[in-house]
Amino acid sequence: MRRLLLAACCVLATILPAAGQTLRIALREDADILDPTLARSYVGRIVFAGLCDKLFDLDESLHIVPQLATAYEWTDSTTLVLHLRTGVSFHDGEPLDAAAVKYSLEPHLTLPGSFRRSEISAIDHVEIVDPLTVRLVLKTPSAPLLTQLTDRAGMILPPVATEAGGKDFGLHPVCSGPFRFTERVAQDRIVLDRFPGYWNAGAIHFERVIYQPMPESTVLLANLQSGSVDLAERILPTDVAAVQRDPKLRIVTSPALGYEGITFNLGNGERSKAAIDQSALLRQAFEAAIDRQALVEVVFNGMYQPTAQAVSAASPFYIASVPPPPRDLARARALIRQAGVATPVAVTMNVPNTPDRTQEAEVIQAMVREAGFDLKLNLIEFASSLQAATRGEFETYLIGWSGRADPDGNLYAFLHSGVGQNDGHYANTVVDAALDAARQAADPDARRAAYTRMWGQLRQDLPIIYLHNPVNIVGLSAKVLGFRPVPDGIIRLQGLHP
Amino acid sequence: MNSHLGGRIAQIIPTLLLVSVLVFCLQQLMPGDPAMVLAGEERGDPIVLAQIRAELWLDRPLPVQYFHWIGNVLRGNLGYSWRIRQPVGDLIAQKLPVTLQLSAMAFAIAVLIGVPAGIIAAVKRNGFWDYVANAVGLAGLSTPTFWLGIMLILLVSVDLGWLPPSGYVPLTEDWRQSLATTIMPAFVLGNSIAAILMRHTRSAMLTALDQDYVRTARAKGLWEWRVVIHHALRNALIPVVTLGALELGTLLSGAVLTEQVFSIPGFGKMIVDAVFNRDYPVVQGVVLVTAFLYVMLNLVADVLYVVINPRLRGD
Repeated sequence: MRRLLLAACCVLATILPAAGQTLRIALREDADILDPTLARSYVGRIVFAGLCDKLFDLDESLHIVPQLATAYEWTDSTTLVLHLRTGVSFHDGEPLDAAAVKYSLEPHLTLPGSFRRSEISAIDHVEIVDPLTVRLVLKTPSAPLLTQLTDRAGMILPPVATEAGGKDFGLHPVCSGPFRFTERVAQDRIVLDRFPGYWNAGAIHFERVIYQPMPESTVLLANLQSGSVDLAERILPTDVAAVQRDPKLRIVTSPALGYEGITFNLGNGERSKAAIDQSALLRQAFEAAIDRQALVEVVFNGMYQPTAQAVSAASPFYIASVPPPPRDLARARALIRQAGVATPVAVTMNVPNTPDRTQEAEVIQAMVREAGFDLKLNLIEFASSLQAATRGEFETYLIGWSGRADPDGNLYAFLHSGVGQNDGHYANTVVDAALDAARQAADPDARRAAYTRMWGQLRQDLPIIYLHNPVNIVGLSAKVLGFRPVPDGIIRLQGLHP
Repeated sequence: MNSHLGGRIAQIIPTLLLVSVLVFCLQQLMPGDPAMVLAGEERGDPIVLAQIRAELWLDRPLPVQYFHWIGNVLRGNLGYSWRIRQPVGDLIAQKLPVTLQLSAMAFAIAVLIGVPAGIIAAVKRNGFWDYVANAVGLAGLSTPTFWLGIMLILLVSVDLGWLPPSGYVPLTEDWRQSLATTIMPAFVLGNSIAAILMRHTRSAMLTALDQDYVRTARAKGLWEWRVVIHHALRNALIPVVTLGALELGTLLSGAVLTEQVFSIPGFGKMIVDAVFNRDYPVVQGVVLVTAFLYVMLNLVADVLYVVINPRLRGD
């Protein structure tokens, strides 16, 4: 028997992997196309952090910091001048200059199928001032524009390689980031190798990065524990204790930019005629019946942050005078009486059928029952729930948003009348005016004042009950040092070292 | 025999056409607008949605969409993935070796365990080894593959650190690493099929061992294992081969749960991701190729019947 075990060990020893200067990163899903103009997925942004530098970046405090652009200046409210870094080249050797910036930004605005168009639609045109200076001329003032240039809209592409790649550019992307594309096997791995010509080469300490999608949380955790991956994004709150118990691993958290909330259908089709959608008093009662702190304790291990706003408390645009209200059952019952409806009040909630959202909805169901609501849960697959929301086939909808660094990205498209993802068709002139003013004001204090006016109205109408802000939870090997947790959840490779 | 085989081959084209119509129609019944899924966080922008629908022909009538797709298929073009823009043919070419390797290993494990266990159980009927084989078979049948997979990962990879917990390395790149990444999922898959093969082999062998020709062989004084292997097993294998072909076909269509648990990038994982992302060309391409493999395997099983049992050669 011993011999048998010894032989088995020898066989296994011969087939075990060899270690190298490779960083393995586990992603919660597979990225979509690797073309900054056409890409849509969140995990794609994580891969782009290795492939493509942007005009600007964000630091841990969400301040805008230089990357490919070293400085900027507003010459007036609609003219932004960018000064580019010298000596930067793309992976194919092309120089990164003002012509490349113009070449990259214009397709974002005009290419059919571009997903960047709505992000930088404020830009009217781009002018080349000199080889290292460009001028962006806007149609209207836009406070969020600079923040948009810290993401995919600010990624600069090489004109020659992009033209040569054509529609297939995303299969073999060429950029100016610290690593260059080597291979991709769909649903298995994306491999990037170090780019020796990177302008900030001193900050890069790995030779190769491999991104591996692992949708199953148990598998992701097992890979981290066994050392098969060095870093894993979006660890579940319920798995944190297991990682913390392991001396070879550590957890790094940062407040995330997104939120989770309940959207009400206030005017999108027949389903908006439900009592709760027609009565702000009932929505206030519904909110008063929810104990946000207990909700995050039960479902998210107490790691998420209860909130009543669309931005996290870490944001400079978080309005301190709008805290999450505590549970108040007496008030909830009084509000229902005031609304003049018989109890129990029937409410149906569409819930994407992921385990955490299902559990969250069940806890809410139990809480609001005590106040007099009969909440029925309609568990529905995610893609179907999106379609139902757009078509108005919902009374209430438990849904989240991954979040943007600028508050406009968490508010405008969801609350302004007649736009984007305002599935409940909420429309209020005070809110519209405040959102427009905040979007166009350059002064942060003026933006905060506009948002304060907006929250005054939103707290009365409650088109969305914001529940909590998630936390980015990254698990990593104790041997990987230099990790900087930025609230957007994107894994920067600069500074990471073994 | 030749006419029988000819008939089976002639059935392939209409079968595949029927499959293509079915898969195309059935996925139209799925709720969820592909354009909205593809638009991701831009789903609220009607211009973006209209652009996607126009680019992917989703704004055309369904028969037009079908004939556009099947026309391309007949010219050897399975289309491209809407999500990652890679040609479906390339994706299938990437995944097919993975699925073939995993299926072959799982099937080999199943046959190596299931058939001998079934023979022993039949020969030692109602004895200790029969009970052991039955108990192991029952355990294999009733253990959910995802549970066994996760338990093996926790034990073998996390606690013992012997094998990588997931992922895949091609055989051509590093055969040792390839075996290391596929042995656990192959065992998980093979385990449940071994149990089925064991039960069928046992029952077929019991029937064969009661036949007159076996009694005659024994009466002639042949060595018992020669009687079992050469006389009984050869006849007993017919239903086992049929079952084996069906099980192998199922394996080739992708072991959805096992591939998901072990992050093996095969057909199963690809089709699950494609369904959730409403990536219709990938779903259609994979189903069509799988159907083709299934039909071919059944054809091979038909040929094998004749090889195993000369009486079936007929006229």
